[in-house]
Parts: sequence; C-alpha cells; structure tokens
Amino acid sequence: METDTITAISTPIGEGAIAIVRLSGPEAISITTEIFKGNDLKQVASHTINYGKIIDPQSNEIAEEVMVSVMRAPKTFTREDVVEINCHGGMVAVNRVLEIILSKGARLAEPGEFTKRAFLHGRIDLSQAEAVMDLIRAKTDKAMSVALKQMDGRLSTLIERLRQDLLETVAHVEVNIDYPEYDDVEEMSHEMMRKKTKEVHAEIEKLLQVAKQGKILREGLATAIIGRPNVGKSSLMNTLVQENKAIVTEIPGTTRDIIEEYVNVRGVPLRLVDTAGIRETEDIVEKIGVERSRQVLKESDLILFVLNYNDDLTEEDEKLFTAIQGLNYIVIINKTDLEQKLDLERVKVLAEDKPVVTTSLIEEEGVDELENAISKTFFEGEIDTGDLTYVSNVRHIQLLKQASRALEDAIDALKLEMPLDIVQIDVTRTWEFLGEIIGDTASDSLIDQLFSQFCLGK
Amino acid sequence: MTYDAGHYDVIVVGAGHAGVEAGLAAAKMGAKTLMLTLNLDMIAFMPCNPSIGGPAKGIVVREIDALGGVMAKVIDKTYIQMRMLNTGKGPAVQALRAQADKPLYIKEMKQIIENERNLTLRQGMVDQLIVENGICKGVITETNAAYSAETVIITTGTFMRGKVLMGDLEYESGPNNQRPTIKLSENLEELGFEITRFKTGTPPRVNSHTIDYSKTEIQPGDEKPQSFSYETTEYITEQIPCWLTYTNEFTHEIINENLSLSSMYSGMKRGTGPRYCPSIEDKIVRFNDKPRHQIFLEPEGRDTEEVYVQGLSTSLPESIQHEMVRSVEGLENAEIMRAGYAIEYDAIVPTQLWPTLETKKIPGLFTAGQINGTSGYEEAAAQGIMAGINAAAKVLDKEPVILDRSQAYIGVLIDDLVTKGTNEPYRLLTSRAEYRLLLRHDNADLRMTELGYQLGLISEERYAKFVEKNRLVEEEKIRLFKLIIKPSEEVNYLLEQAGATPLKEAIKAYDLLKRPELSYDLLASIIQADPKLSAEVTEQVGIQIKYEGYIKKANEQVERMLKMEDKKIPVDIDYDDISGIATEAKEKLKKVRPLSVGQASRISGVNPADISILIVYIEQGNIARLAN
Repeated sequence: METDTITAISTPIGEGAIAIVRLSGPEAISITTEIFKGNDLKQVASHTINYGKIIDPQSNEIAEEVMVSVMRAPKTFTREDVVEINCHGGMVAVNRVLEIILSKGARLAEPGEFTKRAFLHGRIDLSQAEAVMDLIRAKTDKAMSVALKQMDGRLSTLIERLRQDLLETVAHVEVNIDYPEYDDVEEMSHEMMRKKTKEVHAEIEKLLQVAKQGKILREGLATAIIGRPNVGKSSLMNTLVQENKAIVTEIPGTTRDIIEEYVNVRGVPLRLVDTAGIRETEDIVEKIGVERSRQVLKESDLILFVLNYNDDLTEEDEKLFTAIQGLNYIVIINKTDLEQKLDLERVKVLAEDKPVVTTSLIEEEGVDELENAISKTFFEGEIDTGDLTYVSNVRHIQLLKQASRALEDAIDALKLEMPLDIVQIDVTRTWEFLGEIIGDTASDSLIDQLFSQFCLGK
Repeated sequence: MTYDAGHYDVIVVGAGHAGVEAGLAAAKMGAKTLMLTLNLDMIAFMPCNPSIGGPAKGIVVREIDALGGVMAKVIDKTYIQMRMLNTGKGPAVQALRAQADKPLYIKEMKQIIENERNLTLRQGMVDQLIVENGICKGVITETNAAYSAETVIITTGTFMRGKVLMGDLEYESGPNNQRPTIKLSENLEELGFEITRFKTGTPPRVNSHTIDYSKTEIQPGDEKPQSFSYETTEYITEQIPCWLTYTNEFTHEIINENLSLSSMYSGMKRGTGPRYCPSIEDKIVRFNDKPRHQIFLEPEGRDTEEVYVQGLSTSLPESIQHEMVRSVEGLENAEIMRAGYAIEYDAIVPTQLWPTLETKKIPGLFTAGQINGTSGYEEAAAQGIMAGINAAAKVLDKEPVILDRSQAYIGVLIDDLVTKGTNEPYRLLTSRAEYRLLLRHDNADLRMTELGYQLGLISEERYAKFVEKNRLVEEEKIRLFKLIIKPSEEVNYLLEQAGATPLKEAIKAYDLLKRPELSYDLLASIIQADPKLSAEVTEQVGIQIKYEGYIKKANEQVERMLKMEDKKIPVDIDYDDISGIATEAKEKLKKVRPLSVGQASRISGVNPADISILIVYIEQGNIARLAN
C-alpha cells in the first residue's frame, strides 16, 4: 500500500540506557546495510540481532556502536521489513543515527504512522482501529506542541522572510507568463533569478551552519591537543579540566566514558576526543605521515597545538603546521617561565591568521587568554550564543537540507540557461519545503501575491 | 397550464460558450439533445473582450479540441489576428491567443449547431426546473412549454438576476442589454442551492474612424500561420493589428475626482469582482503609484468599426467615460459607441457540484460555465464539454469522465472549483497547475485525443492521424537514442556556426539534443534527418528529449498524487461517525464530500492527521465489509 520507508526514534527521548531507531518499509534493510559496518544485513537471517557500527557516510567516521535487529516481512509489527537499531541512550547518539538514516532516503514517520501501517496491513484487528485513530490524533497534537515549542520565534520569522522573498520571485516569473504583455514590470532575467536564488541559498546554508553549531553546543566541540613530547600537553589537559570543574552534562542519560572528558570553557563545551589516538600525538606525524595525520586531525572541530617556548622550532613542528593548515586551531606557546629559544616571528608566519597564545601552565599564566581565544574562535562572526538554538529539530534540519538541494537544482538549471519557468519549478519546491517547517503550504498564497504585487489587466 | 413539448435525453439551457460545447458533445455521443437559448442571434456571443486563448486558456482551447469540441475550429475560421505568446520561454507556458471577429464567430457557431443532427436548437426562456422525488426531470419555459428530460445542464452565464451598473444607473439585464434570467435563479434558490453574487465589467467601445492610430503602437499578429485545432489546415493570411496606448495623469485625475460616482465605489455592498481583471477604478485606487496603465485597442471584427478599449473596464457614469476615454493619447476625438458597464449576477457555489459537474443536491441536474463562478469563454467552454459528456454518459449508462490535475488544465479547473470553491470569479492561470510541464500547448492532443475518440467525439480519420503521429515521435526518439555522432571537422563546424560547443568525443544524438543551445533543427543538419517527419513530430521529439529530466520528475510526483486519488471514499461515508477528525475539517468534508482521499487532502482546513485518520476509518469499513 505505502511504498516509502519511514523511520523514527521509537523510545522516549532522553530516558533509558538504550534508545531505538526504527525503520519500516521496502528499503529498511538496504538503507541500514549502506550505513552499517558488521555482518551483511542483507544476508543475515530474519529476526536476528547483529552487533556493528553505524558509519557516517559523509565523514566515514564511526557514528555509533549499535545492535541491529533485522525483521523481514511479513512477520513484523507493520508487516513490512523492519529494522531496529539499538543505540546508546541519550539524545546525541540516537539523533545522529536518525539523521544518517534520513540522509539515505528514509522519510521521518508521521505521528502514529507505524501503528497506522500495522493496521492497514491487517496486523491489528478491527476493534483496535479506534485506538489507532485516537493514537494518531493524540500523537499529532503532542508532536505539534513539541514542534511549536522547539521552533524558535526567530526561526519562523526568518523562514517566513525567505519564503516571502521566494514567493515574490516566483510571482514575478508567473506574471511574465500569465501576462506576457504587461509592461509595468521588467521581464525577470536569468541574472535576477540567479542573484535571488543564491541569496536565499546562502541564508539557508547559514541556517544549516548554525544548526551544525547548535549541534556542537549540545555535543561538544571535538578537540585535539597536539604537539611534540614534553611541550605540556598533559598540563594543558589538566588545567582545562581543573579550571572548569563544572562538567557538562547536557546529554542526559549518557553512560559513555567520554563524559569525563567534557569541559566547558566559557560556554564552549569541549569534547577532548580520543579518535585514532589523536590525543597522544607524540609522534603522529612520524608514525603515519603528514597526509594521514591531516586526515585524522580533520575530524576534530578544534586543535590545540602546543609549542615549547624554551626550544627551537623543529622540523616536526613545521610538519605539524603543514598537517593542520586550513583547519581550526590555536597555537599555544607554553613554558614562558623558561628562557625563550623559540623564533616567535617564524611561528606567527606559520600560524597565518590563527590565534597564538603564550602560557606558562605551571605558573598558571596565560590561561585566561587561552580560554578567551577558544571562546572567540567559536563565537566569531555574527552568530551569538542565543542564535545557536535556532534549528535543532531533526525534521527542520531535514527540510532545510531538502530546500537547499532544491535551490541548488534551480541554480544548476540557471547555469544551463534553462527557461525560467522551468527553473521556477525548483524555486517553488524550495518555497514548499520551507513552508513545511512552519506548517504552511497553502498554494493559494502565490495567486494572492500575484494580484497584490502587480496591477494586472489583460 | 403547461403543454408537453417533448422528451429529450439532455436539455442544455443556454447557448453561450459552455452551452454550445455541452450540447454538441452530448449530441455527438448519441444523446437526443435540446438547446434552449434566449436569443438565437446571440449564440456563443462574446460580451466582453474579442479574444480567445492566452496563457493557460489557450491550452484549454487545445484540450477542448482534442476532446472533440468546437471552440478551436470556430476561432481558427474567424480570427482577425493570431499570436503565439511566451515564445521566449519554456514549452510549458507557450500559448496561442487569437483576436476574434465577434459577429463572424456567432455566425459560424450557429451553423455548426444547426447542422448537428441529434441537436435541436430553439429560442426560449427557461423559468423553472421540473424536479420529481428530488431528481431533475426537465424544464418549463415562460411560454409554458414543458420539456421532459433525463438530464438538464444549466449554462446561463451572467444572466441569472443580472444587473447592469453604470454610475447611479442600474437595471436588471443580462450582458449587452439582453433579458436577464430571473425566475430560474429564484427557482434554484428555492430548491436549496447556495447562491453567491459576483460581478464583472466591460470597457467602452469606440469607433475606429475616430482613433488617431499614429499616436499608438502597432501590435501585429504572427507571420507564421498557426491554429488552435489539430484539424485546421487552412489559415487566414490577412490579419488585422491591435494597437497599444496608455492612460496618463489626466486620465487618473478624472477617475480620482469622480470615483464616488462609480457604481462600484459608491459605497453600496456589491458582488465580488475578479482581481485579475480589475476595473480602471480599481487599478487607480490600488496602485496609485503607477503613472500609467496599458490600453489595448482591439477591433471587434472585420466588418465593424467597433473597437474594444481593453484596460478601461469601468462602471463610471457615461459622461465621465467620454472624458476619461478622450484623455488617452490617440483617443482625443474618439466617439464611444457603447459605454462600459459593470454587471452583477448570481453564481452557484461550485462546491455543491460533483467533479462530473452534476449537482449533489439534485441528481440529473448539471451546471457549467460562468454560473459556476468562473470567468472567461475558455473556462466556460471547458466545463461545457465536460458537463455535456457526463450528462450524456449518465443517460447512455457510460462511465463518468473526470480529468485529474495531471491530465489537463480542464481537470485543474474543475477540481479547483468543486474542491476549493472560489470567492471571486475564477480564472485559470498557469500557476494553478502543479504539473504544468506536462500540460503543454504542444501535447494537448497526446493527452486528450484517445479519450475523445473513446467517447465518440473524434473521427476515425483524425484518430488514425493521431496514432501515426505518436508512432513517428516514438520511432524518432528511439532512432536518436541509437544514433551515435562522432566528432568530425564537419560536425564541429556546424556546431560552431550555430554557436554551440564543438564535440570532443562521440555522443548519442539523443544526448546531444539535451544541450540547451541545441535545437532539433540544428541536430537535423548534423545527422541524416528524416524529411518525412512533420514539424509537429520533430517539435514533440525535441521537447520530450530536452526536458526529459523535468518531465520525469513531474511524472513521479503525479504517480504519488494518483495513489491518493485511487483511494476512494465511500459516497455514503458518515463523517460524524469519525471521532478523531478535527471539527473544522469535518465540516469541510461534509460540504465537499470528496470522492477520493486525494481530493480530500486538497480541501483547505483538512490537515494530514485528518487524512491519516480518514484512511484508517475507510480501511476499517473495508475490513468490516470483507468480514461480512
């Protein structure tokens, strides 16, 4: 009956030690297989549970350690193929898995949709139908109020503004079509359309960027401390942990060891990651070469690169500089309590525009400056902390991504010099996706726009 | 006392643009049909602008033609000018528009109707319907003629309780001082129909001899011969131009100063007018920053000097109209022959109709055209042919015909009307169609001819031609798909000559055609073109290949839409029995009574959760039925 594959988190958010993401539909198993490292799920027997890892297809990073249950139709709750992914409890892990699944083409289930499918496939008997309908109603109302609460007023204002922009653009194209002789308005050109679509696209991308930063706020900034042996990496680590005893527990129910390594520096949560041993990078460059170490370091959001004030700049330091070029890093020149041997001018050249902080961690000097630098790198630009809560809802992010992609299609079509009425198809789609975010897809508003914006006769 | 005036399968009340298509379609399908009209000299009269077609509307005319209707053929025989609009844009939005010769159009249409064997044309004013046991059984005229019938189609346009307004002058009248239809409208109200009040307007006509055309810009027709009908083979070569001029600050001053004298601005509550066809008063008030508005001078025919002043639709007093007209450049000495006026009329709230255009309240009764709250000759004709088809289908015990939104603009029009209703006279716009890339001017025949043929409205000869065209298109597409073009000096020379990028490696002709800068004709100069292929075929091949990606995307959307259309809602569903549906949605559903879940989802105020619950409820009923 239904042909698409739906997914949702099917355990209460933020409660319990494990959380389950469920998929149902013809693509349930193939989508999971694509992002799963472990047994080949297409081959495993039905109703088995399989250990493995969920891989983020974008970064190729391990997103989560999971147990995956594969249940093939028809002996399942919905009578479709069903996959249940058991993740660690708490919002972060499970949301990340959900996002990855959505990016692979599954659709976020409507409230009560699993149950609805179960019913429509005859899995639930007639007497329960009433209950199904009540459930849809109740879940929808609840989801609506939750979504409304999650929706920041500023977000809806911004989305409405973007939609109005797009609507005016589309109305302009429409008026050229429906009133070809109407001369009060100049014919929309490819150039005008390109400008408008790029503007809106940039705004949507910025929102997605903010969403990413909001995610960082919730999940912590993956931070690596690197440097040669004995430059003071451990001291830095200890200082940060001691200085900021208030350990972030923004992720309720998280039971992973990693929690101990969260520190909150002036509102910036740092997650001192231990991916592929970055933290002990005594000889990372020596070990795996500049290119490889660069690949590893790329996974961190912030790199703290420690140099010794009391030592000459070595070849290894230079190699580390090469490895982190273009990444987000802060140079820390430690041990200022000792005699200067380091060529500071050279360091500044190598560090380009990145911040350079001098400290003596033993003397507890320069720690303030360091923390300032950390908070500054993160909050730089127009974004302030308040804005970071803008978009956090998975559904909203998903729709923003779809909107962004639709606009990219429009921009591509413009490059190919497609007629504007064709380009406009994707612009209208963008407008609709944005409308879904704020719950408004009434198509009549285009016609209203047309007649309020232009004085039309013939 | 009434007298028995005979029995018919279908009676059409009215012979305007809806009426003629309804009557002809029903008769051709084999129903014995009667057409009653107030005035035999006014068949398919154009009371407003002398033109047919335009964006969306022109495509509708093509669709009507491919279904076997007559509008396209008649305008092809009587136009004074023909233009293809939007030629600089994509194929989806190009459309023809013709300037009509009004008197000739009437003459031509009357002949066609007179010559239709199954169709009786008679002058007469229908006063009331014969309704027995809630079913429509015929009509009674003011001359006491009682006609019995299986089905009745009302196509009375703007005549129902029509009232002409000009300054403080107002009188009951149909358009152009014809008699209004009063009693029938009262009768419909008595029968329980919800009636709304709309208005529209028309500009003054001036004498061509009194226009100084040297002060205006010429608007000639296209040189390339074109036609609405797929069957037209002869073209009118001698065309008459239109002329363009503008209002100015003096015009606006005159209007502003006399605004209170305009019927529509005198403060009385009036019917709702269309936003897309505003009066000049509306334009000045709502867009007072515009220094000028366009005025098109359009001849009303070859053998008349009357010129339609497009853009000056008004209900100002006659004396002010003289002043206003003469303030326009080129019209300084213009003599008005007929003054402009506004007309108010009754329309039926169209959500009272099934998508077949049969009324829900009274089986056997259909309504079509402006009475359903639309505006425009093309919109009327489109409803006319569908009502004619469905009335005849009902009598002949055939399946009803409902076009969906992906099949035709006609489908969009009727679905909008019966699902959403309208709070102003409804006009088709290309933006109302979700799948307009599929609803093109060029492929109306591919979309509609098969259906027209099955209904018996398309001749064998025409159908054979259509099948052959289809075959040639498909064959040529396959040929281009298999044909590989290698980069050679000659090929690249031809490409460069045409401003296209030269080839670096071999490419399928099919893929080469997808390049935006490449036309089929250019491709044809590179490859061995098949000289037998007509322009119609190669145009089709070009469009289908070039826009393949977008067409595919649109088709995928259509597939999803059709899945929802396939989920039928039982006609006897009791919405009060469904507890979960929100109250507002329930009220709307009870009123519209959608036939499918798809239609239900298009009703404003019915949200996705309501639709989910509706699906579960319907399924529950299905399971219960199975169990019994």
